[in-house]
Amino acid sequence: MPGLEDLYREIILDHYRSPRNRGELPTPPALSAEGFNPLCGDEVVLYLNVDADGNVTDVKTGGQGCSISQASTSMMSAAVKGKSITEARQLITAFKALMSIHESKLEGADATAATEEAIAGVRLGDLEALQGVVKFPVRIKCATLAWNTLAQILDESESA
Amino acid sequence: MSIDLAAIRSEFPLLKRQINGKRLVYVDSAATSQKPQSVLDAMDNYYTTQNANVHRGVYTLAEEATSAFESARARTAKFIGAQDPHELVFTRNATESINLVARTWGYQNLRDGDVVVLTEMEHHANIVPWQMLSAERGIVIRWIPITADYRLDLSDLDALLDGASLLAVTSMSNVLGTVNDIEKLVAAARSAGAKVLVDACQSIPHDPVDVVAWGADFVAFSGHKMMGPTGIGALWARRELLEEMPPFLGGGEMIRDVRKDGFTTNDVPWKFEAGTPAIAEAIGLGAAVDWLSAVGMENIASHERALTAYALEQLTSAFGDEITIYGPPTAEGRGSAVSFLFNEIHAHDISQVLDEDGVCVRAGHHCAKPLMRVLGVPATSRASFAIYNTFEDIDALVEALHKAKTFFAR
Ligand SMILES: Cc1ncc(COP(=O)(O)O)c(C=O)c1O
Repeated sequence: MPGLEDLYREIILDHYRSPRNRGELPTPPALSAEGFNPLCGDEVVLYLNVDADGNVTDVKTGGQGCSISQASTSMMSAAVKGKSITEARQLITAFKALMSIHESKLEGADATAATEEAIAGVRLGDLEALQGVVKFPVRIKCATLAWNTLAQILDESESA
Repeated sequence: MSIDLAAIRSEFPLLKRQINGKRLVYVDSAATSQKPQSVLDAMDNYYTTQNANVHRGVYTLAEEATSAFESARARTAKFIGAQDPHELVFTRNATESINLVARTWGYQNLRDGDVVVLTEMEHHANIVPWQMLSAERGIVIRWIPITADYRLDLSDLDALLDGASLLAVTSMSNVLGTVNDIEKLVAAARSAGAKVLVDACQSIPHDPVDVVAWGADFVAFSGHKMMGPTGIGALWARRELLEEMPPFLGGGEMIRDVRKDGFTTNDVPWKFEAGTPAIAEAIGLGAAVDWLSAVGMENIASHERALTAYALEQLTSAFGDEITIYGPPTAEGRGSAVSFLFNEIHAHDISQVLDEDGVCVRAGHHCAKPLMRVLGVPATSRASFAIYNTFEDIDALVEALHKAKTFFAR
């Protein structure tokens, strides 16, 4: 049985208590999107400034929710700030792969290999602390909310 | 009369389970109740000795299945005080019962500008079907607000009901625990010429209910919250209304005759029961009302009131300002759902930490987002009790909350 310490790592609680990059950015020029987790009512609002070269120059976040969703939002904002959109997309893929390890194990060897490939070569850093969430399947959606919202902004900006 | 709690608990096999090596403390009965052995046996017995489709065959087995199914209807109807078993329509759950009313009675009677009055403490099941009608038919929704002490604010009731076609109201809030005075609301609605639908999901498992004394037109409830299985619920409605309402789903069972150029409908209640029903589940619900009646609804209500009073007392004396309870502060005029915010720890996190100790509480918006917005909180934790809960369960809840506090303070 996974223990609570696997889920609530110190660094997660730290991001929850002192979230990084809280605030808003004027839209436009900032891109913005809101994400909801209908299960528990968690909310994330993201603002992204992207320069002409496709670099994320600033990130701000708002919303409210449980420690996992809010810590994940904070950690995500710190991870993508200063990165290029391409790098941000790699992080999204790697993070979501990290969160689907449990599922990919159920799906078999091929899926596990694909998951490992998505993570390989991407430096997740602190984000790896969120790996414990995988052992608590109902909480995975809390952890991925901010990342799905980020993906939504990037998709919308590309199709615009 | 007093109850033998140990004997009652021993009838619920699931309560013997351990979670994380701890005794299970199930305090989420407002979400769904556990099931006594007699309910499980009734369903098992149906499948092992009587399984056949209902209202179809003439052979012995089909005859037995049909009479077990119809007997369950009659006992359930009697349990809620209905005079006529045919006023009870089996559905999947309360949600389907309310949708049935919106789709049949609502489609037949409500037009652009017609008014449906709801309250701020409704469950989504008693909001969204009306919002769907609003989007499709242009009906107008008015809301009875809540007061600072978490009760319905009836100061403008007559104005809100003025010209309304329907009042749709919960008899007990699944979040606040508040019990509403249905007889009074029905009287006000009657003088305004409005029909009344009662969402009785949270009352029927916990208090003696008499739909005739309520005087309502429609009453919706779910089997799984009243010791019965999932997949079965009911709509009670006055016979003349059921007779006039158009059918709901179309198919087998709900027809009297079908020709190439059309169909005629069956009698009530079968007119609203298209397709093969949840036979085993209906039989399980019949066993559930037998079980509740044998224990006695007065006994159930009084034990639960004692539990609620103890919980409110223990939580406030243990945590004072660290806990905010959203609901009436004493056990008067309230049921056993106790929603709270604790030490600014998110409800999800509370629930996770409590699970470590085998304590099951619900976390979230409880399918009442408009209410959560009125309360100004995104989510609450909710403990809710049933007849099988003990004072030790509440002590375990308080103990686990102490641990959660320490855990998040580290
Ligand atoms: C007050 C109330 N109404 C309606 C419902 C919906 O019940 P069901 O999901 O069984 O249809 C619930 C259950 O959560 C409830 O508490």
